[in-house]
Amino acid sequence: MLTLECPYCGVTAEETELAPGYEAHLKRFGPGSTDEQFNDYMFARKNPKGVHFERWRHAYGCGKWFLAARCTATLEVFGTYPAQVGAPPEDIIAKIKARRPEWVME
Amino acid sequence: MSTRLAKGGRLIDRTTKLEFSFNGKRLTGHPGDTLASALLANDQMLVGRSFKYHRPRGIVAAGPEEPNALVNLGTGARHEPNQRVTTTELFDGLEATSQNHWPSLEFDVGAINNKLSRFLPAGFYYKTFLFPRAFWKHVFEPIIRKSAGLGKAPKDRDADRYEQAYAFCDLLIAGGGLAGLQAALIAGQAGLRVIVMEQAAHWGGRAPVDGVLVDGVPAGDWVEATLSALAKMENVTLRARCMVAGVYDHGYVLADERVADHTPGDGRPKHRLWRIRAGRILAATGAIERPLAFAGNDVPGVMLAASARDFVVNFGISPGDRTVVVTNNDDAYLTAIALKQAGLDVAAIVDARDNPTGPGVDKARALGLRVASGKAVAKVKGGKRVVGVALCAQAGEGTATEELPCEAVAMSGGWSPVVHLWSHCGGKLLWDESLSCFRPDAARPPLNHDGSAMVLALGAANGHFLAGDVLADASQVAAEAVKLAGKAPGHGAKVATNPLEGATMAPVWVMPQGAPVKLRSKMWLDYQNDVKVSDVQLAAREGYVSVEHTKRYTTLGMATDQGKLSNINGLAILADSLNIAIPEVGTTTFRPPYAPVTLGALAGESRGTIFQPVRQTPMHGWHEGQGAYLEPVGLWRRPFCYPRSGENHEQAVHREILNTRDNVGLLDASTLGKILVKGPDAGRFLDMLYTNVMSSLPVGKCRYGLMCNEQGFLSDDGVVVRLAEDTWLCHTTSGGADRIHGWMEDWLQCEWWDWQVYTANVTEEYAQIAVAGPKARMLLERLGGMDVSAESFPFMTMKEGTLAGLPVRAYRISFSGELSYELAVPAGHGLALWEALVREGAALGVMPYGTEAMHIMRAEKGFIMIGDESDGTVIPQDLNLDWAISKKKADYLGKRGQERNHLVNPDRWKLVGLETLDGSVIPDGAYAAAEGVNANGQRNVEGRVTSTYYSPTLKRGIAMGLVKGGMARLGESVTFPKVGGGQVVARIVDPVFYDKEGAKQNV
Repeated sequence: MLTLECPYCGVTAEETELAPGYEAHLKRFGPGSTDEQFNDYMFARKNPKGVHFERWRHAYGCGKWFLAARCTATLEVFGTYPAQVGAPPEDIIAKIKARRPEWVME
Repeated sequence: MSTRLAKGGRLIDRTTKLEFSFNGKRLTGHPGDTLASALLANDQMLVGRSFKYHRPRGIVAAGPEEPNALVNLGTGARHEPNQRVTTTELFDGLEATSQNHWPSLEFDVGAINNKLSRFLPAGFYYKTFLFPRAFWKHVFEPIIRKSAGLGKAPKDRDADRYEQAYAFCDLLIAGGGLAGLQAALIAGQAGLRVIVMEQAAHWGGRAPVDGVLVDGVPAGDWVEATLSALAKMENVTLRARCMVAGVYDHGYVLADERVADHTPGDGRPKHRLWRIRAGRILAATGAIERPLAFAGNDVPGVMLAASARDFVVNFGISPGDRTVVVTNNDDAYLTAIALKQAGLDVAAIVDARDNPTGPGVDKARALGLRVASGKAVAKVKGGKRVVGVALCAQAGEGTATEELPCEAVAMSGGWSPVVHLWSHCGGKLLWDESLSCFRPDAARPPLNHDGSAMVLALGAANGHFLAGDVLADASQVAAEAVKLAGKAPGHGAKVATNPLEGATMAPVWVMPQGAPVKLRSKMWLDYQNDVKVSDVQLAAREGYVSVEHTKRYTTLGMATDQGKLSNINGLAILADSLNIAIPEVGTTTFRPPYAPVTLGALAGESRGTIFQPVRQTPMHGWHEGQGAYLEPVGLWRRPFCYPRSGENHEQAVHREILNTRDNVGLLDASTLGKILVKGPDAGRFLDMLYTNVMSSLPVGKCRYGLMCNEQGFLSDDGVVVRLAEDTWLCHTTSGGADRIHGWMEDWLQCEWWDWQVYTANVTEEYAQIAVAGPKARMLLERLGGMDVSAESFPFMTMKEGTLAGLPVRAYRISFSGELSYELAVPAGHGLALWEALVREGAALGVMPYGTEAMHIMRAEKGFIMIGDESDGTVIPQDLNLDWAISKKKADYLGKRGQERNHLVNPDRWKLVGLETLDGSVIPDGAYAAAEGVNANGQRNVEGRVTSTYYSPTLKRGIAMGLVKGGMARLGESVTFPKVGGGQVVARIVDPVFYDKEGAKQNV
């Protein structure tokens, strides 16, 4: 059972206190997008063994959605950060690089 | 025979006697006994039958690894099957019965399987019961079910209670032996919050039994002193009888404390399940001795050497007057010495090694014991108990050179570290050639959230089997853990000495080395599941190269002991058969729990009425007082109907419907989801959320809306009310409120975070009552306080004011097709309003109606229900709801999804009404049959029923369904085959069955 720190209220919350929201930093494709774009947005979600960016909601706490960078293989958590960003912030990238020097952002 | 020695037994209190029974036989033991030692004290060597061959079985071990001695414990509401006698503490009045035999333990008909064992090899079931196919269900399965299974499942409701406790610590130490206690001292003095858990009732592990000295004093004395020192530390918690069952992600640990197993009925919870969040875990879980594979190693009286020693030293038990010790290592010499010192005879120490040397050997020889080196057991003689062993050369093929009469055999095949807790979260193992065991690879531990090692193994669990090494390793590992926590390590004991310093072992997997199949088919690996050396070899011959496949094919390690005793032996046999090294074979996966945890502990207090939280509306008590039949709707309990005396549920529902259609009915609609959406961008936000336009809704007006997910599928529906210029109230389905609120927040926080909108889920803030029926307006007028006339309060509008003196927000909306008002009041006024409506409505014939009447009335009107007409694959267009989908909006959630070619296909199944030709009711969920069969030979289908009821209003069966072609096929007939034969033919009609023109609500 994972623990993640909510970047809004500062609580280190247990997984039972959180709700998962799958891949982070998705770009929404609505009307006017091609079938391929929509398909990728809707279904072609990343599922890497390794560094991954995810959405989580502090559902039974402050109610805020936040993002988490973690390793799906070892369950290490590199950091959590507010959801109102288009890409992982620099400090999170740095934390990942510190522990996974070979990792490159897709 | 096994018996109680005249003296000795460091754990028992000989001054007190306890009475217990085994298979109805009255026996006695002492406080401190386990059921195992008490049975042995009474010469009860035969305690059970094996699973497959029904072989006589005795006690093999002294701890939780015991595979054979499982019993039914207790009777009635305290009956528990499959309890291990070695971990069951004796108490006065204990009742146990043996398992897996018929008609009796002594005479078991199933033992015929033993004679047939040649015909019941590994994979027998897979091979034999394939054909003919029909035989499986009617012949094979019933027979197998009758003869399979260990203990009897309890029939009564568990009389005991269980509780769960939460704890947090910096360091959780699993195991209270030499290593665990040393680590506790070092971490406790450092100021860390420490929890130490020991599965047994006593602390100290093997050290006090094995004659270990710690800092010059006997281990038992050091343990006592250490425990009292730890008890004084406020930051250290000690729990005995508490088994750490599993290690999970990020330091989450489950542990099962057997609080009152040994004092049943004393009012305390039977078990306490600890749910712990630990900064780090120290696995000081020790090691388990392995059996040796020789013919007849399962005959009662054959025991693990260290367990035999436990019985002698801890409980003053003689396993037999004359014992043969069989070993490939020095440790078993301690058993021979202990037996000799207890005044018992040791016929020989059969050592598979050619020229064993070392302190154990020297000491045994000095005591005059015979060491038969380079020898093996060719065969154990005896059926229900050991009567002797035949010896042979280990290097040979089993020709007996000598027979030794004896009553017990103590065997030792070496030790396996208990690596379970290390492995649960992926800690890797390495093969230690010198110890012939897998031990934790410190370079590849399971990881914590910060990437540091989550579990550290120490002592015997880390592959250090001698007391001196155990203590040194524990000191070092504990210091490392303390430093990782940012503290300075304290001090524990300095040195421990073991009588066997310098001990060695040699790998021996089969005894003798060249044993022919006749012997190999009597060498047990998995005692409980009857897996022998020959079975694993057969699996290898048949092409099973993966250890995970071999496990499932042979059932090796799949019994309740999960291979604790001899999985390594099995792996070694497999490796040998495949001609590869043991580490190449690898191990099967270790999964929690370490030892079985009773379901009662996992459920804890969550049973009966507090199984889960129940949500109640403010009028819940009134409904119960009226004898309402309640149904679960999510966590809510809603009245399904209100049966009157002499009425069944169906009759009650029909009465409620007819009364609502003729007079007036009341529905408790408080469970309906209510979400406030407010802010400068609220209108724009709702236009994205709903398929139609909500921003244009005038203040005070209501509008029905649909919500879809991004794939375009219908997700929820409800009436939206504009309360003010910047405020909307969104009604959702009863089950959907939390989900939709989360969905709104998702889009506001993660996609349109610059939009200024607040949402609030106010579902429980308001009680809501639907007042429906031709006399609804009259009833509201009788309450008084608000103009509810048709002119001032038209359909699909909202009005705030007072009714019966209560502050009310009223919506003129209808889900029944009748003249209808939904009245919302602050939850605290809900019951008062309801009671006022009942009181004032009495003269008008008012009756409450339940959810089933609501469902039928909406179906009569052709209104859809989320979850009936929609199932996650249905788009609003399928339900002919195009009128509620804006054509003008550039975007809404689901719009792009609905443009996909599959969803615009004209062949999609679409909503129709269905009217049976004979007036009967179509079975729920029925599919409409079409011509021909599909690729699988199944009948083609062209539609399915989504809602089907008997309509008391129309006095016939009505239904809605999704049918290929939809309303374009109006007037055509479709056929619904019934389960068990026969069919129903229905005509496609308009789904609005009742009051098509809406005359009843338009008054």
